[in-house]
Amino acid sequence: MEERTREANKEWNEVTRKVWRAAFLFTGGIILLAVTMALSISVGVTDISIRTVWESVFAFAPESTSHAVVRELRMPRALAGALVGAFLAVSGAVMQGLTRNPLASPSIMGVTHGAAFALILTIVFFPAVSNIGMTAAAFVGAGLGVILVFAVGAFSKGGLTPAKLALAGVAIGGMLSSLSSAISLHFQVAKQMSFWYAGGLAATDWVSIQILLVAGVVGLTLAVLISKSVTILSLGDEVSKGLGQNTFLVKALGVIVVFVLTGAAVSVAGTVGFIGLVIPHVARFFVGSDYRLIIPVSAVLGSLLLVLSDIGARLVNAPYETPVGAITACIGVPFFLYLARGEGRGSL
Amino acid sequence: MKKTRFSFVMAVLFLFLSFMVLISLNMGVVKIAPLDVLKTFIGQGTDRQELVLFNFRLPSMVLALFVGAGLAVSGAILQGVTQNDLADPGILGINTGAGFAVILYIFFFQQSMAMVSGVGIYILPLFALIGAFLAAFLVYALAWKKGVNPIRLILVGIGVNAGFSAVLIIFQVKMNPQDFNQALVWLAGDLWMGNWNLVLVIVPPILLLIGWAIYQSRTLNIMNLGDSMSMGLGIQVEKARRTFLLLAVGLAGLSVAAGGGIAFLGLVAPHIARRIVGPGHQRMIPTAALIGAIFLVVADTIGKNIIAPAEIPVGIVVSIVSTPYFVYLLMKTQ
Repeated sequence: MEERTREANKEWNEVTRKVWRAAFLFTGGIILLAVTMALSISVGVTDISIRTVWESVFAFAPESTSHAVVRELRMPRALAGALVGAFLAVSGAVMQGLTRNPLASPSIMGVTHGAAFALILTIVFFPAVSNIGMTAAAFVGAGLGVILVFAVGAFSKGGLTPAKLALAGVAIGGMLSSLSSAISLHFQVAKQMSFWYAGGLAATDWVSIQILLVAGVVGLTLAVLISKSVTILSLGDEVSKGLGQNTFLVKALGVIVVFVLTGAAVSVAGTVGFIGLVIPHVARFFVGSDYRLIIPVSAVLGSLLLVLSDIGARLVNAPYETPVGAITACIGVPFFLYLARGEGRGSL
Repeated sequence: MKKTRFSFVMAVLFLFLSFMVLISLNMGVVKIAPLDVLKTFIGQGTDRQELVLFNFRLPSMVLALFVGAGLAVSGAILQGVTQNDLADPGILGINTGAGFAVILYIFFFQQSMAMVSGVGIYILPLFALIGAFLAAFLVYALAWKKGVNPIRLILVGIGVNAGFSAVLIIFQVKMNPQDFNQALVWLAGDLWMGNWNLVLVIVPPILLLIGWAIYQSRTLNIMNLGDSMSMGLGIQVEKARRTFLLLAVGLAGLSVAAGGGIAFLGLVAPHIARRIVGPGHQRMIPTAALIGAIFLVVADTIGKNIIAPAEIPVGIVVSIVSTPYFVYLLMKTQ
């Protein structure tokens, strides 16, 4: 009896430790995020001191150009970086939980390509479309991408193994980007297309932030609400059903989270890869397998990674901008290779 | 599989290929009727017809034939050696590696993609080969973990592919808009330089390598029985595997130099060939080569004419047609 209480106590301690660690990561991450965002606002073609940044927020002087630059260009850009990073990371976490597949993530599963494809079609056929219309198109495209990959999984023999998932994603993503190339070359919008495929935050304005905020409220709230069910589902469909969970409902809600968040992210920043793959693994490494902890920690770490990558994108080859997708890929590819070699936890 | 049936299959494919070549040669902005094509060949055409045919259509047609065959044989060898039905020079990152080297070469040593100078045509395939071998070495080395497991090889290939693409885009965005577009097209697969010099550089080595692959096909058959069986039958497995990989990578590199990063052709052609003539490599490889050539000529003709006067690059047509087939294969295999 005493033995068992001690066991239970130990387990309980382990759980509280993880919760504390998550709380620490979350708050620490947010503080760090605030610092890097300030840095992101001050770094650029013309460096603006942190002091001026502070003044432009709290003592705005309309006649100052640097205040205008901060308000109209740099602030939306930093905010968009934080939001898009969080969205992609949370999408990836939810996908990995639902599919129990360590390689699941928006870029590898062709979701971002679906969104980009829909955006190209929209630009070509409805050139006068509003920002909201573009985002709606991105949602549809992302949803199509998710459904396509899940359908391949549902109809394939022996389910969707990590290797198959990656191959299906690569194949479908490749075909969609080929189609996009063909269409954009024909209608001479290759330049816009290249922007979406390279990924970048340079063109964000306050309208994009509004779109992101709306999508974020819906998507992130839903993600947090289903996080407990995702944890149970990640133990297997049978366990989940045995515990009286409506598996289908959870999966459907999860898919909604994924396409709302990914669609909004792609419509603003293009196809930024690997954040959705890497960050959930990092979060899981620190806080264990409970998605109630993984999701918020992923959100903060994803923001941090994209804001930092965006600073890097401006510094690597100044005064030119390097596509931010290339920077995240440089971080993500070694990590992908590490997973592919089957090292570490969550191995294939 | 009787010998007569194999000869029959080859004859039918060859006839079909010749038919497609004739059709393709007569389509385009300047129409030349099939009979006139034949006439021009024996020296009876008008000057204009001769110019269009010999200087523009024929070289790019010859390149299409050999790039298609080269990629198909490369895929067939890779599938045999890795014992993985889903292997393909594109998936394994070899095409992107070659494309990467070519773009770098153009970026640093040439003015623009539209004008690769005289000597450049001879150096360019060399760069493509170096890039292909670099990518193959990276994939093999990174997938090595007390031996190479087929699934790990493919996953690492996807990763290396993504890495090359990421570095590529950094250089691509620095190009001027026209070159950017052309690089984009070329990386998706495009027979971009239809001229006889390139034919002279590319075709003989491709022919040589395909011939060698057919000559060595019995070894490939034995290797398909598994490592221990082949060792028992007196084959030095690791050495043979490495030789075949070099062969496949060489073919892919040369094909990319002329045709860009054409995806999935190397995957689909061997599968179709296997369905028709069975798994024996001595029959499967020549069949796959013919099917690859047919595939690329048909795709090229479609791409050039479907939205004429504009052109869709051949790689995009190939990708649109073969991706569904690939996904179907993916769903079928365990």
